[in-house]
Amino acid sequence: MLFSQLGYYSLIFALIFSVILIPTVHRDLKIVNNVINPKILTVVFLQLFLVLLSFICLVISFINSDFSNETVYNHSHTTKPLFYKISGTWGNHEGSLLLCLLILILFIFIFLLTSKKEPKKYRIFTLLFQQIIIIGFFLFLLITSNPFNYLFPIPTEGLGLNPILQDPALAIHPPILYLGYIGSSIIFSSSLAAITQNYVNNKWAKNLKNWVIVSWFFLTIGIMLGSIWAYYELGWGGFWFWDPVENISLMPWLCLTALIHSIIVLEKRSLLASWTLILSITSFTLSMCGTFLVRSGILNSVHTFANDPKRGIFILIFLFVLILIALFIFFVLYKPNKEQQKNFLFSKETSILLNNCFMMYFLSVVLVGTVYPIFLEVIADEKISVGPPFYTKLLIPFLIPFLILMTIGPNTKWIKDNFNFINVRLILLFIISILLSYLILREIGLSGLFSTVLIGSALYLFFITVMDFFVKNQINLSQKISHFGFSLLVLSIILNGIFSSEIITNIKVGEKYDFKRGSIYFEKINNFEKQNYISIVGTFRIYDDNGKEIYLKPELRIFNQPIMITSEADIKTSFYSDKFLVMNLVKGNDFYNIRYQTKPFMIWIWLSTIILASGGLVNFFYKKIK
Amino acid sequence: MYGKKVKLRALLISLLLVSAILSIFLVLKSLEENVIYFQSPTEIRNLSEIDNKKIRVGGMVKDNSILINPDKITFVITDFKNEINVSYSGSVPNLFEEGKGVVAEGFLKDRNFFIADKILAKHDENYMPPEVKEALEGK
Repeated sequence: MLFSQLGYYSLIFALIFSVILIPTVHRDLKIVNNVINPKILTVVFLQLFLVLLSFICLVISFINSDFSNETVYNHSHTTKPLFYKISGTWGNHEGSLLLCLLILILFIFIFLLTSKKEPKKYRIFTLLFQQIIIIGFFLFLLITSNPFNYLFPIPTEGLGLNPILQDPALAIHPPILYLGYIGSSIIFSSSLAAITQNYVNNKWAKNLKNWVIVSWFFLTIGIMLGSIWAYYELGWGGFWFWDPVENISLMPWLCLTALIHSIIVLEKRSLLASWTLILSITSFTLSMCGTFLVRSGILNSVHTFANDPKRGIFILIFLFVLILIALFIFFVLYKPNKEQQKNFLFSKETSILLNNCFMMYFLSVVLVGTVYPIFLEVIADEKISVGPPFYTKLLIPFLIPFLILMTIGPNTKWIKDNFNFINVRLILLFIISILLSYLILREIGLSGLFSTVLIGSALYLFFITVMDFFVKNQINLSQKISHFGFSLLVLSIILNGIFSSEIITNIKVGEKYDFKRGSIYFEKINNFEKQNYISIVGTFRIYDDNGKEIYLKPELRIFNQPIMITSEADIKTSFYSDKFLVMNLVKGNDFYNIRYQTKPFMIWIWLSTIILASGGLVNFFYKKIK
Repeated sequence: MYGKKVKLRALLISLLLVSAILSIFLVLKSLEENVIYFQSPTEIRNLSEIDNKKIRVGGMVKDNSILINPDKITFVITDFKNEINVSYSGSVPNLFEEGKGVVAEGFLKDRNFFIADKILAKHDENYMPPEVKEALEGK
């Protein structure tokens, strides 16, 4: 009660600070010096403090199970473990928006602290644009989704958090993902500021690159956490389903990845300035579109949680305003640098441009697949969905030139290259890779030129990146690590796809099911009483192809509030492969529906993603060591 | 005639254009092949012909219709006007229950028989696929 009030009023005061900031900033712009008025910093700090306070109040309301707060009532329950009470704070719409707001302000504060060497006007304009976004979020939060709504009479028990969200990976998934999404807001604001100040140059690129990498890093890790969760909690036995909600997080990621590359060209060669700006603006727009589509319920996805169309309209208007501002600034105020640079067809610039073309192609495929069903529903009132074959068919063939380009590109020189580095060894390595992939495929009785070349080029990239670690001086360590991680990721995904096997059957306790290479014996079932659910654990003895006996114990959880059943897969992980068993209950039947899967190299998919992301981090630490 | 630079630029632009057109063509073509239409049992009943494209069928699982044996599950999807028999071998989501909404993905054998290869899971006990909701409201 007290905390709800405190939280609500500190939000309002924080919004007032936003409004106060604008005239203060306006006055400060007229003063010609290079130091921002310390008052402005103080105001931003106070704003940060107030929103943080409001967020902490919400967390405390959740911990105390204060059901006079509507958000807490809707998403919490007294029997929920403490950890999920806390994570419930951002497991719902209102709380997650408050978290977004907090991150928005935190980032602009960090930006102001770390950009002291840059022109004053540019910093102030960045602050201004960021404040426009912040005010938009404030209004959205306070008008359509206030997290501190008061309920009377006070309910004695809450409705509970969706059990499927009560999971460690999903508890930290939203904050990390938001860091990535919202990180792109700084890129957006500072791009617009740089345009107004005519500051789009290599110095700007150098500083902005850090922000791009930060938000890219968090987005990568955020997507991975969501994917890990889907793998073991949904029990579909996969890690990526091309579901609209997944696609929506992938789109800004592709855009940011393209941006990381193009911004390097801007930094080193002062080229591609307009393109970089377009990418910066697009990244943030895509992130915002993501929020819009997920929150408005327009997307027809299995991940859809309860939502409210009114909110959708608000975000749509807000998004529209932001895009309009961005377009206006870009087309009216932007004065491209007319300086002519020497360009050659064969150079690092060209290879990065090609990388960007591929990224844009991947992005448009994902975009079309995600948006087309919405489009068709509005236009023709037809309900459709786009299946995974659409994506695999369009993306995978283009992976081959992309992978080969990735091996050649980083080794080319800036400005002009005559490909002196292509020597017998590189060509030999390519032939070896192709041969190796042919042998791997023959081993399992598969063949086909396409898969051979695909695995071959992934192997090639893998070898080249490994070699690069030893051969050359470590100038581009972060690039090498990330590219190495990517090659490993592609390899493990392909091999995982080829070698996975699965058995699905319906089985009763005490029965045995024989399959081609082994058998599954359903030994027993046990019930346990837990804090807020009843746990049903099945014990399965499995003889696999190599005659080894393993026990897997998948679990069903019957939650008390809301009453809902979730399955927890049991997974035996090793470096070579994962054994995955999940069971489902069919109500009113003795049969349990089980799915047993062997998924090779599963752990490598996660590890390689971590390697891929850590390439970004290395960029920061390595600089410090030097 | 023209400078080297102009030629290079013309080449690049035409290359980009060609590849853009090609990729748009590719995307549209495979989109056409891979979209999955959603249909209710009534719509299926009224189909003039049955093709072997993948579709989704949505509705309620009819009471007392789930039959399980070790390698498949059969049940009836109804929209309270028409019904369709579904045969499915695969894993079922936990919220699959008699009297609850369901969406099955697969192929039609004839107007009364559907072979599913996927049953879609839902994340929320109150959540109903919009298609099902509409099909039920329209009953």
